Amino acid sequence: MSERNQRIGAPVLILILVLLAWEGLVTGLKIEQFLLPKPTAILSNLVRVVRIDDADTSLLPDNEAATLLRASRLIVDLPAGVSPDLLLPLEEGRIATFRLGSKQVLIVRGNNLMPIVQASWYTLKEALGGLLLGVLAGVLVALITARWTATREALLPFAIAANSMPIIAFAPILNNWFGIDNPFSKMAIVAIMVFFPMMINTVRGLVSVPPRSLELMRSYAASEFSILVKARIPNALPYFFNGLKVAGALAMIGAIVGEYFGGPRIALGVFITQEAALFRFASAWAAILIACTMGIVLYLLILLAERLAMPWHSSYRTNDR
Amino acid sequence: MTDAVVLLDDVNKTFGRGTVAQVQALRDINLSIGQNEFVSLIGPSGCGKSTLLRVIGDLLPASSGQVQVNGKEARQARLDRDYGMVFQAATLYDWRTVAKNVQLPLELMKYTKEKKEQRTQEMLELVELSDFASHYPWQLSGGMQQRVAIARALAFEPSILLMDEPFGALDEMTRERLNLELLDIWRKTKTTIVFVTHSITEAVFLSTRVIVMSARPGRITQDIPIDLPQPRGVDTRENVRFFELETQVREALRANKRQAQ
Ligand SMILES: Nc1ncnc2c1ncn2[C@@H]1O[C@H](COP(=O)(O)OP(=O)(O)OP(=O)(O)O)[C@@H](O)[C@H]1O
Ligand SMILES: [Mg+2]
Repeated sequence: MSERNQRIGAPVLILILVLLAWEGLVTGLKIEQFLLPKPTAILSNLVRVVRIDDADTSLLPDNEAATLLRASRLIVDLPAGVSPDLLLPLEEGRIATFRLGSKQVLIVRGNNLMPIVQASWYTLKEALGGLLLGVLAGVLVALITARWTATREALLPFAIAANSMPIIAFAPILNNWFGIDNPFSKMAIVAIMVFFPMMINTVRGLVSVPPRSLELMRSYAASEFSILVKARIPNALPYFFNGLKVAGALAMIGAIVGEYFGGPRIALGVFITQEAALFRFASAWAAILIACTMGIVLYLLILLAERLAMPWHSSYRTNDR
Repeated sequence: MTDAVVLLDDVNKTFGRGTVAQVQALRDINLSIGQNEFVSLIGPSGCGKSTLLRVIGDLLPASSGQVQVNGKEARQARLDRDYGMVFQAATLYDWRTVAKNVQLPLELMKYTKEKKEQRTQEMLELVELSDFASHYPWQLSGGMQQRVAIARALAFEPSILLMDEPFGALDEMTRERLNLELLDIWRKTKTTIVFVTHSITEAVFLSTRVIVMSARPGRITQDIPIDLPQPRGVDTRENVRFFELETQVREALRANKRQAQ
């Protein structure tokens, strides 16, 4: 196996093994679904179209499940003979009950994909908006403090102290300040969380230029601005991207946990708390899964940007040159 | 000499504060270097050669004494970009390719694009690195990196060259070739060169003057004029006078060592 294949293959293999072990353990140990649903249950919550609980399927003739509607994001397959006015409550909620023979039938609008995708998109926008604000502010302050040593000496201890505070604890306050349904309340919490690691890392990068490199610039009588552009900023890029990787993860955490304290119904954090409160754990897990995926994709995008921005960097050095 | 290009008057340099940590790197340095001289500094490791170059280049402030370069304060000379420096370590920028590293001073000095590229190409040919123009520094050997640094220092044709063991990391053949190239540039451009080396042969071969230094504190102990005929070439090394001068420098270094013991 080539080195490259190995680098991609190994994690994928581990992922598959973990999923298999999870599935096997939950089944084998008979763990209750509400404690830990099986991966298949979580996935099917995203893709399955209909679930009928308590329904006595023997009452239904074979193949009687008919497709009544496959339109506009909502796909509902209902057993034959079920009145279509069920569609209305289904459109609004994700759940509807009706009687079928002697049984109470519960239909879950099983396709949670669309609501979760919508919620994820909403939350992602909050996370990215906050990330952008926090990164811009962090880099700006870093540039200022790197230029004026006195400011840096004064500010950096506070930044480092602030960085170790659980800023997420302020989420309810910010929800209160900006309005619980205002996406800016989540962006603000994300921006504050992201600000400190971005600023601290960028400052480190800007000031940790090797003295010899600065000496070279001085020997050319380079201006402060040239030194900044040609030595400090390139030197800070690896630090910046390390900060950005931390910040990307923090942004997702900040947005979702911010929503745990309240937010509009279409938000991922709200979706997760509601589903969990209603004991629809497979659904909550599915949303968590999407949140994790978004986090990973964001991280990969940052890695890609890092590579494009720093083709020289030592971490990409190949041994086969 | 009034038209000295480099003039040091009673220069001292002490590093560190407090009596324990203090190192006197330079003591009572008096040195005058004239236009188009080629002066080599030689002395044991740690005797202050690099420090002396830095003081001349206004990269370190002298603790006391006067430093004048081209008849101005050393600081003004630096701001006027009167000198080019080759540091003991190559000091290349990791994020720049070889060509871009050579171009760094040209960018700062606002050369036009064509001039920049032309100079870069010439310099890379000189140090035989044209094939590596788009490589990054980490893809080069130590000696190749040092050659990039030499190309970078020569690129903007400074009137003074301060070179700190520029050929230290090179093989004998490359070193001899670059010695000749450097002499050629020196003759053609009328540059003044201050050159640090650990090689007695190299010092005698290249220089018009060899300054011998001793350690702790760094002082100038001898100033040996090298009266070998110009231009120097392969036959210079066969000159009897060459061996005499080599011996003289070696003796001077030895005398310092004995004194220190
Ligand atoms: N920045 C510094 N701070 C403190 N001490 C220094 C500093 N730079 C040099 N020194 C001290 O000054 C003395 C002279 O150092 P310098 O680098 O000039 O020696 P050198 O002659 O160039 O030696 P080498 O031949 O090994 O390069 C040494 O004792 C060194 O420890
Ligand atoms: Mg040195």
